[in-house]
Amino acid sequence: MNTLPQQLANGLLLGSMYGLIAIGYTMVYGIVQLINFAHGEIFMTGAFGALTVYFYILPDGTPMAVAVPLMLIGGGIVAILIAVGAERFAYRPLRGAPRLAPLITAIGLSLALQEVVRNFYPGADRARAFPGLDATHDLGSITIKDADIFLIVSAVVCMAALAYFVRKSRTGRAMQATAQDPDTAQLMGIDTNRIIVIAFAIGGFFAAVAAVAYGLKYGNVDYRMGFLMGLKAFTAAVLGGIGNIYGAMLGGLVLGIAETLASAYIDEIPGMQQLGGQSWANVWAFCLLIIVLLVRPQGLLGERVADRA
Amino acid sequence: MRQRSLVILTSVLTTGALTLTACGSRDDKGGDSNNSGGSTTTLTIGVDAPLSGENSTTGLGIQYGAQIAVDDANKKKLVPGVTFKLKAYDDKAQPATGQSNATAITGDKTAVGAVGPLNSGVAQTMQQVFASANMVQISPSNTAPELTQGKNWQTDKKRPFKTYFRTATTDELQGSFAADYAYNGLKKKTAFVVDDKQTYGAGLAKIFNEKYKEFGGKVVGTDHVNTGDKDFGSLVTKIKNSGADLLYYGGQYDESSLITKQLKDAGVNIPLFGGDGMFASTYIETAGKAAEGDLATAIGVPADTLPAAKQFIETYKAKGYKGDYGAYGAYSYDAATAIINAVKAVADANGGKVPTDINDLRSKVVDAVQKSDFEGISGKVSFDEYGDTTNKQLTVYQVEKGEWKAVKTGTAK
Repeated sequence: MNTLPQQLANGLLLGSMYGLIAIGYTMVYGIVQLINFAHGEIFMTGAFGALTVYFYILPDGTPMAVAVPLMLIGGGIVAILIAVGAERFAYRPLRGAPRLAPLITAIGLSLALQEVVRNFYPGADRARAFPGLDATHDLGSITIKDADIFLIVSAVVCMAALAYFVRKSRTGRAMQATAQDPDTAQLMGIDTNRIIVIAFAIGGFFAAVAAVAYGLKYGNVDYRMGFLMGLKAFTAAVLGGIGNIYGAMLGGLVLGIAETLASAYIDEIPGMQQLGGQSWANVWAFCLLIIVLLVRPQGLLGERVADRA
Repeated sequence: MRQRSLVILTSVLTTGALTLTACGSRDDKGGDSNNSGGSTTTLTIGVDAPLSGENSTTGLGIQYGAQIAVDDANKKKLVPGVTFKLKAYDDKAQPATGQSNATAITGDKTAVGAVGPLNSGVAQTMQQVFASANMVQISPSNTAPELTQGKNWQTDKKRPFKTYFRTATTDELQGSFAADYAYNGLKKKTAFVVDDKQTYGAGLAKIFNEKYKEFGGKVVGTDHVNTGDKDFGSLVTKIKNSGADLLYYGGQYDESSLITKQLKDAGVNIPLFGGDGMFASTYIETAGKAAEGDLATAIGVPADTLPAAKQFIETYKAKGYKGDYGAYGAYSYDAATAIINAVKAVADANGGKVPTDINDLRSKVVDAVQKSDFEGISGKVSFDEYGDTTNKQLTVYQVEKGEWKAVKTGTAK
């Protein structure tokens, strides 16, 4: 059996999830030059928001076709509130401060969010079951399940909507202007604070979409799920060129596919058996990041901007 | 302005930290005065296990198993003039945390011994600390052979620490018991072997791999995963392609429950077989229907089928303790009881009083534990020259209608 199509599909799915989360990193960085390390935890709270909707708000036995959109809304609201709250109370007071201060705040916030969920969400100190979409479909040599379709479709829809929003809408253009030069944008009458809040909100919502897809795909969520996913998504954002939304998505896909292919095939290369397999996937992913950054320091789609980074 | 608030913040934090430190040392002194001043002596038994995060279901079973043993001993006044107290430490399944907990336990001047930890990898960092303090440590669940039989246990058995004991049997027996059942019981002729690279998981997978081949089975592929991994799509495709009849997994339920779910979602309906690390109700809760038909070996015989454990299980349920007593609760009870019985033996030999010098008491307790010989709730409790239990019973469990059911019990050869 040729496993390549299936492995590519696996990589594409993983990559779409990284890409959705990476959007949050890249938009915030593009506008305020802040690496929001709490973004992984915003993703996590989105998952718990959706879980709350399913278990504590909807009546038992709600069909998934009804439940999933409501879970998206619930998770989205929680993630947006936390993202915007973080901006308002943790980052805005530090806007003029040296770079290191908001970075440390972000790390502190990420720990705080993890511990709050662990301590106060019922049963969250270990993995909590999440409703799955497990019906499978065979497409030639590829087997995928409903959750995978949900992930791909929502990634495409979200990206298309974001691209349209940024290019065509008034707010989107204001966003581009703020990213280019916040001071001048403000002088031109753009409310930059509002733009920054919108960037955080969009990032939060995309993270919530990824979180719902994550829950539906893997069937459980836990309070530490944001750490590794956040780190990978950040890598994806850097790989694609931080600050560029298309770069984030491309970086996610490249990272996901590279990771999957590395763990699938490297151990088949003669002499490389020790360096292959699932446990080396992260090593190869980060090797790829280093190589790309050596050749193109601005990332795959990044612009060469001297005063940033 | 910002500078000044920073100064204020720093001083507040520093004051806070100092206050906390002060609290800590006052507690220690309190323990000391209790020991020398009171008419009844309070002796502490430390219990170290993961009480939060990964593996906490089984970890809490260890904590409360020991708690019930301590309560029973106090109620029965097993050692006259001595009240036992259990102090729980959370190691979060992290070796470094386990080591600092071990240091805290040995630093407690009322502590006579410790029960735990759950994970073999954590035990490795704790053994030396307890050996230096000459304090007994009994694990209800560690199964890595090298903990008692030294690094070269396969060729040259040598006990590294005379303070370390366990009421659990070793992976050597568990791995070969599983291989036997997979090949001869389930008639599965090809297997894919995966482990999580940890002391426990990798050791177990290695032994299974060797024994399975000895029985005549074919290992069609191996792979390793990282603890904390969530996406096993690539691994699942490899397993599917290998055509294996069975997946053997050495590791904990955190990863194996996800692997079995993703495996079955991909349409690969082969059972996942693992060790006692995934024998917990959480495995079934997280994997859901995908867990059906999966197997796990566990040390000893099921707590529910032990006639002597009936009272224990009733107490556990009546108290509403969290966690899962099924896997190690009874072994933890016996581990704590072994320490308590040892204290009693020391007191009896000393004219009915425990030695007042804690170091003297600790070293005598180590010797007394070595001589343990009593009927525990998991069976006979006694230790061989390596500190391993002489009770070498094992059970294979299978998930049936959402519950672990014992399918074969036996004594490992």
